[in-house]
Amino acid sequence: MAYSEKVLEHFKNPRNVGTLNKDSKNVGTGLVGAPECGDVMRLQIEVDDETGMIRDAKFKTFGCGSAIASSSLATEWLKGKSLDEAMTIDNMDIVEELALPPVKIHCSVLAEDAIKAAIQDYKVKNGLAVTEESGVTTA
Amino acid sequence: MEKRHMIYLDNNSTTPCDPRVVEAMVPYFFEKHGNAASRSHPYGWEAEDAVDYAREQIAALIGADEKEIIFTSGATESNNLALKGVFEMYAKKGNHIITAETEHKAIIDTCKHLEKQGAEVTWLKVQEDGRVNLADLEAAIKPTTIVVSLMWANNETGVIQPMREIATICEKHGVLFHSDATQAVGKIPTNARETGVHLMSFTAHKMYGPKGVGALYVSRKNPRVKVTAQMDGGGHERGMRSGTLNVPGIVGFGKAAEIAKAEMHQDAERLSRLRDKLENGLLQLEETKLNGNAEHRMPHVANISFKHVEGEGLMMTFNQNIALSSGSACTSASLEPSYVLVAMGLGDDLAHSSLRFSLGRFTTEADIDFTIEAITQGVNHMRELSPIWEMYKDGVDLTKIEWTEH
Repeated sequence: MAYSEKVLEHFKNPRNVGTLNKDSKNVGTGLVGAPECGDVMRLQIEVDDETGMIRDAKFKTFGCGSAIASSSLATEWLKGKSLDEAMTIDNMDIVEELALPPVKIHCSVLAEDAIKAAIQDYKVKNGLAVTEESGVTTA
Repeated sequence: MEKRHMIYLDNNSTTPCDPRVVEAMVPYFFEKHGNAASRSHPYGWEAEDAVDYAREQIAALIGADEKEIIFTSGATESNNLALKGVFEMYAKKGNHIITAETEHKAIIDTCKHLEKQGAEVTWLKVQEDGRVNLADLEAAIKPTTIVVSLMWANNETGVIQPMREIATICEKHGVLFHSDATQAVGKIPTNARETGVHLMSFTAHKMYGPKGVGALYVSRKNPRVKVTAQMDGGGHERGMRSGTLNVPGIVGFGKAAEIAKAEMHQDAERLSRLRDKLENGLLQLEETKLNGNAEHRMPHVANISFKHVEGEGLMMTFNQNIALSSGSACTSASLEPSYVLVAMGLGDDLAHSSLRFSLGRFTTEADIDFTIEAITQGVNHMRELSPIWEMYKDGVDLTKIEWTEH
């Protein structure tokens, strides 16, 4: 199976690889997937206290090229968005942008789950109302 | 790293056709295009002579009589013919087949098919090193057992089964012994008669011959084994496999067998030295694991897990330069990691993190040096990206985390 140009590009030059301080109050962390399944994504957002906007996003991913590209793209999209805007990112947007084949759709689902998990973690930490949609395990 | 020619370390999938084999085949496409079953003119005689000669070359490689070689389209067909053919032919004796969980799909799926036809199949587990436990095998044999089918060498790990010991157990209980020897024939000595194998499947394209031609060895004396044909037609191959013979393919198969017989030992010696160099180089990396029995193993194969790195992602770091296979789910459409490694007790996570290196006749030392460097860089790069590597380094117990299975 050949990868799309966009997946290859993100794989070769992944954006925003790294780690934010998960103990910081304005950092939300989402850890989704399982090593046994061959994919683990950790996606983190840092929210600006003043504006409520996501000012930084970082990821680390254990997985195939599509999983890495999906999480790299997600961090790119998250930066500068409000939490509400971030909640609207849909896995099919990722599928479309990266031209993922059907067998790799689960990578985009995982990225969406990671986004929602990170937002939920941030909201829980800061005593904000949690929407039902973001009910994903966090770590 | 500088860009260079593609390095091929996937010889267990298929080998390139040796140029000497190609050369031998070429006349049989046009000038000598006859049907080996045409008895009435020189084209047919010429083709039949060529097939007879190839049969001798192949029989010589495995210590058989040429009448014991049945040509097929490949090892998958040979495995089908062996198991289905024995199941039908020996139905009066019983319906019980013994095999192992780590067999190739061509055996596993054939056995599953036969289960639906009324066969009882015992699936032996393997030990951590990939070999079957002989006591388990002997305990599984019962009066209705007709055949034991165990592969000579595993395609993913290169692990070699204790063939002689298995044969002794089969002999003692009067049970047929079939072996899928696809990965072994032409690379290590595989003398069917001396070993005590009664049926043996193998194929040309794993030993530098062409694709689309294989053989089933069927013992003709002590014991005289028969299989029921699975392909009806003109009664070729002593009635066991109808169908016009693939003459150019068979000529190539014969030539490949002749070359293998002559060069096997020097090839194996050279490749095991290169394989050891590769293996030692890669096992220098921390948190790596060699999969399968290190000693009872094909000389050209190494299967290594690189913990906390996913195999397919890892391959993407070097697949512009190096071709090989991964035990990761993602290389197939199934999303399941290698069942062979899982059967050996590896966790799914380690199976996802494995790469299979299979060297071949055309692998050079420069290829290996480049590969060690490229894989080392790839593993280090992917670990930088890996959250579970970071957690491992921070001393987090990964088994205590509640992962979200998906």
